[in-house]
Amino acid sequence: MADVTLTVDGKRITAPAGTLLIEACRKAGIEIPAFCYYPGLSLQAACRMCLVRIEKMPKLQTACTTPVAEGMIVATETDEIKQARKSMLELVLANHPLDCPVCDAGGECELQDMTFKYGAGGSKFIDIKNHRDEQQWSPVVFFDRPRCILCYRCVRVCNEGMDVAALGIQQRNASSVIAPNDKTELDCEQCGMCIDICPVGALTSDTYRYKTRPWEMTHIGTICTHCGDGCKTTLGLRRSEDGMQIVRGDNRDKSGLNGDFLCVKGRYAFDFSDSPERLTLPLVRQEDGHFETVSWDVAIKAVARGFREIRDTRGGSSIGVIGSTRITNEENYLLQKFARGTLGTGHIDHHRTTDYVSFIRALGGQKGRFASISDTASAPAVLLIGNDPTEQHPLLAWNLRTNVRQNRTRLYIVNHREIKLTRQAKAFVQIGSDSYAAFASFLSGGDSTAFGESATSLRDALRQEPNLVVIFGSELRGADVETLVKFGLSLPDTKFACLGDYVNSRGAADMGLYPDLLPGYVPVAASGAMQTEYGERFPAQPGMDLASMFEAAGRGQIAGMYIVGDDPVERLGIAPETLRDTFVVVQDMFLTGTAKLADVVLPTASLYEKSGTVTNTYGDLQGVKKAADRAGVRTDLELIVRIADAMGHDVRKLVPFGKGVRADMGQSRGAQSGEADRHAIWLAAHNLEPKLSPFDPNALLDEIQRVVAGYDFDRIDLLAGSSPQVQPASAELVQIAPPSSRPDSIQPSGDTLFTSGTLGHYSEKLNEVQAFQEKKALVAAD
Amino acid sequence: MSLTNISVDKKPEGTIFSPELAARFDKLVTLYPMKRSALIPMLLYAQDEIGYLSDAAIAEIAHRLQLTVLDVRNVLSYYSMLRTRPAGKFNVQVCTNISCMLRGGQELFEHCERQLGIGHKQTTPDGVFSLEEVECIGACSWAPAVQVNYDFHDNLTPETLDAILAEYRSKASQ
Ligand code: SF4
Ligand code: SF4
Ligand code: SF4
Ligand code: FES
Ligand code: FES
Repeated sequence: MADVTLTVDGKRITAPAGTLLIEACRKAGIEIPAFCYYPGLSLQAACRMCLVRIEKMPKLQTACTTPVAEGMIVATETDEIKQARKSMLELVLANHPLDCPVCDAGGECELQDMTFKYGAGGSKFIDIKNHRDEQQWSPVVFFDRPRCILCYRCVRVCNEGMDVAALGIQQRNASSVIAPNDKTELDCEQCGMCIDICPVGALTSDTYRYKTRPWEMTHIGTICTHCGDGCKTTLGLRRSEDGMQIVRGDNRDKSGLNGDFLCVKGRYAFDFSDSPERLTLPLVRQEDGHFETVSWDVAIKAVARGFREIRDTRGGSSIGVIGSTRITNEENYLLQKFARGTLGTGHIDHHRTTDYVSFIRALGGQKGRFASISDTASAPAVLLIGNDPTEQHPLLAWNLRTNVRQNRTRLYIVNHREIKLTRQAKAFVQIGSDSYAAFASFLSGGDSTAFGESATSLRDALRQEPNLVVIFGSELRGADVETLVKFGLSLPDTKFACLGDYVNSRGAADMGLYPDLLPGYVPVAASGAMQTEYGERFPAQPGMDLASMFEAAGRGQIAGMYIVGDDPVERLGIAPETLRDTFVVVQDMFLTGTAKLADVVLPTASLYEKSGTVTNTYGDLQGVKKAADRAGVRTDLELIVRIADAMGHDVRKLVPFGKGVRADMGQSRGAQSGEADRHAIWLAAHNLEPKLSPFDPNALLDEIQRVVAGYDFDRIDLLAGSSPQVQPASAELVQIAPPSSRPDSIQPSGDTLFTSGTLGHYSEKLNEVQAFQEKKALVAAD
Repeated sequence: MSLTNISVDKKPEGTIFSPELAARFDKLVTLYPMKRSALIPMLLYAQDEIGYLSDAAIAEIAHRLQLTVLDVRNVLSYYSMLRTRPAGKFNVQVCTNISCMLRGGQELFEHCERQLGIGHKQTTPDGVFSLEEVECIGACSWAPAVQVNYDFHDNLTPETLDAILAEYRSKASQ
């Protein structure tokens, strides 16, 4: 829209016609106070804090609802306005308990700030204040009416942002009260958005209330450890007896790709890190079968001895390695490098929850085809096939709702169930749960009308979409992914996203935790360059996948297993006898089903206790920062390095650190002979210094950036806190025929909004919420 | 099992209203460009028929208007003449707003409290009377005024009011 020019406080500013005065002022650096105005939500004009004087208008006007107009002359801070705001505050405070000294919001409360600024210290009211007792509405949400300033932000965010509509407003005037939808309880998604958005301490969360004061916390921005969307979360930390304890998670500064959104898991399910079940001492199984806690030194030596013996007597290929969807890229990269280069095994895999390989292959090396999570909030049209983002990708669901609400994006949904997002859909086609593959062919297949009229008109509509984002779940695999992608590619400028389940599912795939693929999806058969990087033990043949490894272990062909951050035993129901003759080393936070069968268990740090990077399912790469701290545990990175070191492996060949380490990697022959230090040259070319320690994740990130296809983003983007998108596009992968992947190699987690794989079991709060929801579901059913 | 989107709002079966009222509601929802515009008339009619707005009545009205139960409660709690608990057969509403107050409305209300033995928004044990103190009922010219159900009684004194109450009491026993 055309720009209009107006004058605010004597300053001439321009803004596009239609902009709200409050926004135009904010952009020009003039802050207008507001309680009820919240960008992105509908207008309320309830609080009257934003009153300004506009020339030629009879009364003070609300800047939050007035669009700018040409020639407008506005004053935002005159004595008259200050007096008006002060009077409004007096009214707001009329029934307020002034319990700031104990209130959760004390110190970061918008009402405090406003009162401080406009001064409504005295009150003309002599009446007894209205009081209502605090209420608990759910395991996470509490409401303290006397503190509420009736800004309706909570009601609107729940209606509009969440599309849950669990909050209402009842009674009237001074008795008005925010009310939950199920008598005295909330029947909702328990996201805590209402708590987060409350400008005062009226809505509080069970995990944080009355625990600490805002200024007593340190705040660290990192990435949520749960689903594959990778929300940024700012963790509030407090010193505890054995480290730094997380007491709060939110993203109030809207600094990440998720804006201020977090779901129930990101907001509350960090308590696993304080779980009393957390392992903090290494365990080694004794002759008599019991676990004994030992020192780190003893444990690491035991692991190194075990692995070296097996490798040297039975060969590296009798060891299997399983990586994790919840550790960093650097750790997974290092793990597979350790497997291939130190142990000399090709048996490496991870819990695959979706088929990234077919997806990457289908894209055939094209760049610019990956939809980032931010694309889902802005694309003019989205096709969602399979999955239920409300349950499995809450941020995606939030983005899609926002996109429909604000940009009227055309959302097309194909699913076997009438998922909640169909409420926002322009078109919804319900298919059989076993018809996804057929539907993919139907889309690309000429004029078939196999799925009926509504499906045909959906296809016709899609064919008219020039900027479609296609998002698909794990319902589509293998050749079906390729069929769908082929359809998408037949339209102009289509982008794609493949939905995997955990925080670093995509990273684990990108980092080559596959028996047949190296980092960047390079087939083992085309490993040329990588082989020289990893040294002479590098296995030339693809290895076994996860399930085959256990079968082989049962047959006595796998003598050693190194399982990092995964619980395959529990997940696949593997019989304990299977591992009877296998030397099993488990790195985990808890004594999982798998750990119980291990010979050595090494307690590790959680994602909240380490630094590095993770890649969300859309390929957005983000930095994680060490926030919490737990005495006793070590990061997976450190443990892998230490084990390699104890095995006598030259650590410098595993992690490039120090100066000039790569001049000769033991292959001073053939084409490589006399080659200068590749890594040093790369570092110099990218203006980076060599890292000083083998435990510095950045040393590994340097190598990842150097060798992994698609990870060649600009480091400055990452350092600046943004999320560069990775576009792994291995040209080799495309040319190679699809491997005959076992049908059971992909196992979607089946997680809901209230579960989170193994980790979820150890979050007390998540379990509590889940039990609460189950109770509600039962009540609703009868 | 999906644990989100559990609907607390169950779909009511059939109708709890009389066939006449149900038919009236069927028509009402077609009269406005937005269905929910019919909400307040429906609440009033339902209250007149049942005596109060029961959970079942609220659920049915919500369903008829495609609103949530919470939406309906938000609206009905705003209006003091809508109630969610049964009132007496005769609901005595005494105005104590300014005109009536100046002419003895407050005394009338206190008189009722003594005579009926109940306070604001309470009901006599026999269910015959309930009492409410209300704001201006638009009868200022004849203040002080009292409304019993839909009938007005004005220019009252404690004595004339007693006679009126006695009349209602005898009606109740008929
Ligand atoms: S927790 Fe989320 S879904 Fe529940 S009431 Fe608050 S905003 Fe709504
Ligand atoms: S509870 Fe908080 S967000 Fe909701 S209306 Fe009250 S002050 Fe506003
Ligand atoms: S949407 Fe996913 S990444 Fe975001 S807070 Fe929830 S679980 Fe964490
Ligand atoms: S911000 Fe404008 S009225 Fe509340
Ligand atoms: S003040 Fe009582 S009827 Fe108007």
